[in-house]
Amino acid sequence: MSKSSLKQTLKDLDTKKISIRELNQDYLKRIKEKDNLNVFIHFSEENVLKQIDNLEKDNSAKKLKGIPIAIKDLFCTKSMPTTAASKILENFNPTYESFVTQKLLDEGSIFVGKTNLDEFAMGSATNTSFFGNTINPLSKENEPLAPGGSSGGSAAAVAADLCLGATGTDTGGSIRQPASFCGVVGIKPTYGLCSRWGIAAFASSLDQAGIFSHNVEDASILLQSIAGFDQRDSTSAKVDIPNYFENLDDDLNGKTVGIPKEYSIDGTPLEISQIWEDAIKVLEKKGVKIKNISLPHTKYALPTYYIIAPAEASSNLARYDGVKYGFRSDEIDSLDEMYENTRAQGFGREVKRRILIGTYVLSAGYYDAYYLKAQKVRKLIADDFNKAFKECDFIVTPTAPSAAFPLNEKQNDPIKMYLNDVFTVPASLAGLPGISIPFGKDKNNLPLGIQILGKHFDEQQVFNAAVSLERSYE
Amino acid sequence: MKIDKNTINKIARLSRIKLDDKESEDYIKDLNSILDWVEQLNEVNTENVEPLSNISSSILPKREDVSNDTNSSEEILENAPDKLEGFFAVPKVVE
Repeated sequence: MSKSSLKQTLKDLDTKKISIRELNQDYLKRIKEKDNLNVFIHFSEENVLKQIDNLEKDNSAKKLKGIPIAIKDLFCTKSMPTTAASKILENFNPTYESFVTQKLLDEGSIFVGKTNLDEFAMGSATNTSFFGNTINPLSKENEPLAPGGSSGGSAAAVAADLCLGATGTDTGGSIRQPASFCGVVGIKPTYGLCSRWGIAAFASSLDQAGIFSHNVEDASILLQSIAGFDQRDSTSAKVDIPNYFENLDDDLNGKTVGIPKEYSIDGTPLEISQIWEDAIKVLEKKGVKIKNISLPHTKYALPTYYIIAPAEASSNLARYDGVKYGFRSDEIDSLDEMYENTRAQGFGREVKRRILIGTYVLSAGYYDAYYLKAQKVRKLIADDFNKAFKECDFIVTPTAPSAAFPLNEKQNDPIKMYLNDVFTVPASLAGLPGISIPFGKDKNNLPLGIQILGKHFDEQQVFNAAVSLERSYE
Repeated sequence: MKIDKNTINKIARLSRIKLDDKESEDYIKDLNSILDWVEQLNEVNTENVEPLSNISSSILPKREDVSNDTNSSEEILENAPDKLEGFFAVPKVVE
């Protein structure tokens, strides 16, 4: 099956080789055929057809007119319910549109559905969703694999060719790791590049919206569409958004790549080290200078993250109290009973675990020892990168410590699950842009990913390095 | 062991999450293993290090001091599980 790219499709629509209706009917057909993958929490053919009708009446030129896009069900959408994959938001119908989805609508794209995720984006396998697991489209029969997470539904939607691009969010790796598992491209831009307005909050100092696509060119087109300043998000950055696609340049001659020695971790499968070496060799051939760098606090990134993220989550998720929106328990003899039962029944196990740990590390007597300590180590991690980027233009590492694993593996041991994010979390803590591109396969023919990290707001360099590696791999 | 039965009850109460005995036991185990694991941060010397709470280097922009109305109360109440005469409704608080 050869998947057509967003770039090619835009051309085909422009030259009337295909109509918006024909294009989307093709995607609708595939979405219905692939129903067993459980990619979507919300899908309505009627809704898609209505969007096609509206676009056919619209004569204005729009950049993404008629392009089928899948939306992670963490973005509030007026036209579809928004659940965050949680029972507590099972029947939530936003009365407002998120910044990112509004931008995509303004460009004329068609939303094919809302994709599955780990509940409130807390997980690495899309297996904590109230709406069941998503199955990795690359699974062999009777051996279902996890699509990664938390944006597993969006990664799977692109991998199964159910859309030409998808939105995701990345707090500690939730775009890059599933992109790697599903063999697609996923970019998490710099913290602050895309407004978080209308995205259900998990850990606000880390959350960032991004894009999944079939290839780097498509990602560069879509990222430009969702980036931009928004005064409703106080951390939204006022920076000029370049035309990433027009500026793509795969000539890396004279650039310097940083290779962090701390990312060689004991127990990493040989094939992962191998693709990392391969990528470095490719870059060397292209005239890139190889610079061994050190990010000495790398090993502390995961424990730092697993203090900061749950702490912020415990605060953000306090809003789900059964009063303003969402699920309310029937057992409501008193106000406190209502809160406690609503949250006990409305949240799943992993979400409760993180709220509890977050509440503990913020509670009186423990704040300094855990939360403040973690924020200080976070500073050291960010400083490591700042220092490293004085000596190199971008950094290359593996994306994840393994290929896609079987669906229900690792479920019972939280720490083992958290280790999935070992290569992605440090850049999240430092707010840096990172992309994962497919690069090589493991012994079972499953895709592996290479991660490219750049300086703050240097998405262009990240895209350039990614497109260069991608073109040499194809 | 950092988290015992009393501590987990206290945290659950602060979090407004009701736990049954089985769940409490599970979470005591989980939380202790996570806390043991994050202990390794104590190896890092953080003397004189400023805590990093916001990675964004941008300065908060000021907006015009003008009023605007983006939500109607009707919209705000649309998703409420219970409402009464234009307000959220909750179980009786005062007897």
